[in-house]
Amino acid sequence: MLLQDLSSIEDPKLIEWDWISDNFWEDIVPAIQGHIFLSFVSVAIALAISLPTGVLVYRYRKAYTPVTFVTGLLYSIPSLALFGILISIPGITIGPTPVIIALVAYSLLILIRNTVAGLDAVPAETIDAARGMGLTDSQILLRVELPLALPVIVAGIRIATVTIIGIATIGAYIAGGGLGKMIFDGINRSFPTMIITGAVLATLLAIIADLALLALERYLRPWARRRA
Amino acid sequence: MSGILDVLRRPDFFELLRQHILLSAAALLIGIAIALPVALAIRNTSLGAALAINIGNIGRAVPSLAILALCQPFLGFGFDTALVALTALAIPPILINASTGLREVRRDIIDAARGMGLSGSQVLTRIQLPIAAPVIFAGIRTSAVQVVASATLATFIGGGGLGELIVEGTQLNDTTILLAGSFSVAVLAIITEVGFGALERAMTPKGLKIAQKRGR
Repeated sequence: MLLQDLSSIEDPKLIEWDWISDNFWEDIVPAIQGHIFLSFVSVAIALAISLPTGVLVYRYRKAYTPVTFVTGLLYSIPSLALFGILISIPGITIGPTPVIIALVAYSLLILIRNTVAGLDAVPAETIDAARGMGLTDSQILLRVELPLALPVIVAGIRIATVTIIGIATIGAYIAGGGLGKMIFDGINRSFPTMIITGAVLATLLAIIADLALLALERYLRPWARRRA
Repeated sequence: MSGILDVLRRPDFFELLRQHILLSAAALLIGIAIALPVALAIRNTSLGAALAINIGNIGRAVPSLAILALCQPFLGFGFDTALVALTALAIPPILINASTGLREVRRDIIDAARGMGLSGSQVLTRIQLPIAAPVIFAGIRTSAVQVVASATLATFIGGGGLGELIVEGTQLNDTTILLAGSFSVAVLAIITEVGFGALERAMTPKGLKIAQKRGR
């Protein structure tokens, strides 16, 4: 059945390498750059919100349940639905803005939870020792607690980044650009080369980001590295 | 708001909802039927488990739209293609959690069970599976939520489901239809999350719950 389907199409080739080489610099490279830009900006904004929020929640424990409830609720809304809700809000039009808002919203739960977990894992004796040495609360936070929590925070950044790179492909549906645009254009034009190129590149980008951040996480945890 | 309710009363809404649930449930069940036996088969080999966990981790990194889109050129448009793609999405979380859950059962507990005269399969059904159950169900929950969310994308490859309302709303520039589709998908996802969360708690053996309360 599959063979029949393919032979009924004029060109049975799944990948036209000529198309890839012809459009490499004009279409493919900008799509990769756009995708990286969307993901990077979103993770950066999400971190700028999550780090202070995580520290606050760590200090004021009562806030933990409401904060994780709200961010958890955001996290469980399917991306296409969240995009739909966002572009229904007057003043928000299709384009990169609602995509970035949604991507930031998805990162909050993971980043805040990992920030708190990382700070929780700092041994009490270490903090006592720092206080004994005369460090103030803010010095302890910046020089002792946050550096020790860093590997767990980076682990959160890793999960958030991989998630975001994946969801960013769907953002192309509301004109966010990036590699998802190649996937949607390929589906609309029934042009497998574009679909496969976009999907494979998005997958590679996610896997490369995953491995790179895993390497960073290991580098920040020299004690675990030595044991392994 | 009343406009949104009108959309939910449309005769095709029920059909789309049915497709969405059918697609998700089928993908999840087939995913469990593949991932669980594999995890059981490799539970005692460290190479197999390491392999399963690493392949599962890479599988989790693959964007859901990429999996759906990649199936389309090979399998064409339609429900079946979406089902294949969503099944592929359902497998990694279950495989990772079942493998780690079964491997993390403490060695001394298994030794004690062996010493009491339990056979290999008795150790599996009476010791390993009940202790690993919460972790395995957490994997199934992750999987279920992901599948219900990704089933929204099935519409792009002709698989139907509630995503069709979102596409219709966007194409017609009709905010009411767009919101009706978005809200119903969101509610379905949240129900899945909460429902499977309850299932996860129900599947935690009583002994483990007491141990958790005491702080182990």
